[in-house]
Amino acid sequence: MWAPPSRLRASGVIGMNRRNIRYIGRYNDRRHYPLVDDKLKTKLLAQQHGITTPALIGTVTSQFEVKQVAALVAAQAGFVIKPAKGSGGKGILVIEHQDGDGYVKPSGHRLRREDLERHVSNILSGLYSLGGSPDVAVIESLIAFDETLARYTYEGVPDIRVIVFRGYPVMAMMRLSTAASDGKANLHQGAVGVGLDMASGHALRGVQHDRPRHDHPDTGHPLAGLRVSHWDTLLHLAASCYEMTALGYLGTDMVLDRDHGPMLLELNARPGLAIQMANGEGLRRRLDTVERQATGMSVAQRVAFARRHFARHGELQDAGGRLAREEADA
Amino acid sequence: MSRIPFYGLVGLLLLAGIALTLYRHLAFDVPWSPGEQRQVWEVEAQVNFIADGGPARVELALPVTQQGYRVLTENTASSGYGLSFLQEQGVRHAQWAIRKAAGAQRLYYSVQVLVDPRARATPAPPPVIESPVAWEPPYDTAAREIIDQAWRHSADPFTFAHRLVERFTDAQSENARLLLTQYDRATLLVRLLNQAGVAARQVSGLSLEDGRRRQHLTPWLAVFDGRERILVDPVTGRRGRPDNLLLWGAGSPAVLEVQGGSRSQVSFSMIRHNEPASVAVRNQRAEDTLLNFSIHSLPLEEQSLFKTILLIPIGALVVVILRVLVGIKTSGTFMPVLIALAFIQTSLLTGVVGFLLVVAVGLVIRSYLSYLNLLLVARVSAVIITVIAIISLFSVLAYRLGLNAGLTITFFPMIILSWTIERMSILWEEEGPREVLIQGGGSLLTAVLAFLAMNNPWVRHLTFNFIGLQLILMALILTLGNYTGYRLLELRRFKPLAED
Repeated sequence: MWAPPSRLRASGVIGMNRRNIRYIGRYNDRRHYPLVDDKLKTKLLAQQHGITTPALIGTVTSQFEVKQVAALVAAQAGFVIKPAKGSGGKGILVIEHQDGDGYVKPSGHRLRREDLERHVSNILSGLYSLGGSPDVAVIESLIAFDETLARYTYEGVPDIRVIVFRGYPVMAMMRLSTAASDGKANLHQGAVGVGLDMASGHALRGVQHDRPRHDHPDTGHPLAGLRVSHWDTLLHLAASCYEMTALGYLGTDMVLDRDHGPMLLELNARPGLAIQMANGEGLRRRLDTVERQATGMSVAQRVAFARRHFARHGELQDAGGRLAREEADA
Repeated sequence: MSRIPFYGLVGLLLLAGIALTLYRHLAFDVPWSPGEQRQVWEVEAQVNFIADGGPARVELALPVTQQGYRVLTENTASSGYGLSFLQEQGVRHAQWAIRKAAGAQRLYYSVQVLVDPRARATPAPPPVIESPVAWEPPYDTAAREIIDQAWRHSADPFTFAHRLVERFTDAQSENARLLLTQYDRATLLVRLLNQAGVAARQVSGLSLEDGRRRQHLTPWLAVFDGRERILVDPVTGRRGRPDNLLLWGAGSPAVLEVQGGSRSQVSFSMIRHNEPASVAVRNQRAEDTLLNFSIHSLPLEEQSLFKTILLIPIGALVVVILRVLVGIKTSGTFMPVLIALAFIQTSLLTGVVGFLLVVAVGLVIRSYLSYLNLLLVARVSAVIITVIAIISLFSVLAYRLGLNAGLTITFFPMIILSWTIERMSILWEEEGPREVLIQGGGSLLTAVLAFLAMNNPWVRHLTFNFIGLQLILMALILTLGNYTGYRLLELRRFKPLAED
């Protein structure tokens, strides 16, 4: 039931307290937080730095404009409405397509125009923002995610979380939404986390509710075949967020778009620790390795370093092969 | 980034806190535990006299803090008299005065005295000897002979006083009998001592015996040798002060002075009772020193306010421990502390039941409000009014059903409860009932633990009486804020990682 702390320390697992004091407290300057806490600011900043993000359809900044939401999205097939200052995926509304009767969520649930307006109104009054401060609703175009990933997800868009430490991508995972997570890619709601090999983007291992998982619970597709395409581009994208935000300990959330390749969805200055569970490995060793590196490396150098030093062999692909190897070692 | 200044600060806070706490304990005799009993004597002096019909003035010497006894509170009862307290040459007096009084008069003065082995008197200077002491013949020869005899058989002022008293006890000499016809015993002894060049004065004492009434003061001799002073019993000649002797108006020539009346007398009654030490501490008169930085120097009303305020850091410490060391999730960081404060007023069981009732009913009504499509501020305001309505309804219901405990539900912080309901409701919509149970249960658990800590009589006693504890708590919380280890619940969460 309980793991002895010494064992956890030996596996390099980082706890909440250590993350807060040793990494976030030390490497993340609080005055840079607004850049990542406000998704609209992140988006505009990313555009300046040439980082691709989902296309911005429009923003709603006052209750007065709420009635114009329908007109704003009229030309779009699918779109996403999110609060600029929301956290933990709260208040994100995904509309897959719309017709004369209303708006259809990926679950097939149908919303009327009033529902849409109420949602936007809630966002503006600060229901989803930290501390309830007034917020802005951001409307983005829907991501047309890669067909190859459709087998690994239920209703939602699978996204890729890369932890970037002092500009080095250190650990990555893919989050697959499930029926249990209500189409959301939040691990604590029941989404499946898949650890990714930093060298290749291959799946390493999967977890759901912090316990190992070998296939997707809804589609039944084995996770072993999962491989993220455009891996190098994706890592470059993640690593360049360091220059963009000046935050030393950063969680970057990305998606793979069928037409535009890897795109930055949002950034997180306080990324969670579930990525350790998905990778079956503590963050400590990798973070220590990066702390020993000199500063002033280019994005390409840092990505190359990460791909070389943080490469790992998956447990999913060849459990049999590994067994054979271990037997040979013995 | 050096941590030395941080640890320096923590160390400084700890040291200052411990020093302040020890100072309170040692200097003011504040006990560590609230259950410790202290003996308190309640002594009542009754002054009787027959007034002449004109203006009357009564002066009564009062006891002061002295070796073994600490004066706590004093009260007087005297209908129609004006009262003032005077302090003259180290002696306190109560002075009653009236324009017109006739017939039998009765005045009361009562004082609470704490038995405190560490109490010390403010040292009084030895009296100045009036020399030469005037005697009329034939008493001068008698006095000289008695002094000569006692002097020869003694070594210092104290043994001399002892020998002197002996002359007047058993086998009285002719000289002694002669002198006693002219003077009363105590006055005579003081005169003889002074004649021999020994500083001495007559003092009055009260023997404390539980339940005694109509007691009178007994005279004692205070004999000085330089700075040292001892008491000598003028009847037996025994040296030293009995433990149960309370000096009354030490140093004043007369205990009671009445002008405008006759047949005045003062009699005493006394009872002993044991009081919890905390009560005895509270009754101590605030001494006006700068170092006596104590909440007890405030008026009683503010004191009781502080009693609660000083408990909040304990609640905060519980929250810090549960979040940093255990990893419990709560809805609103310090909301549980406020709920725990409400529990103190309502008692635990009523509090928990009331909290669950209000939140449950609030959640049901809130779920309807979410259909109304309201702006956030308006919705939370509506929830506040709903909570007030629920609390009023429950109070009336409880009263009708004869459950008086239910009335205390009004002590809940309504705004905080409303926000709790709002947050839980959103949590329910977004994350489902499971997360509501986790966070709601975590909040309630934290509130109950904080309540148990804050309601502990020991904790209440310590936080209220030792202000230095606040600094120690501060140091503790700062140290916990620096903890980078695992939380207890993380040991379970990350267990799969330890198995590889």
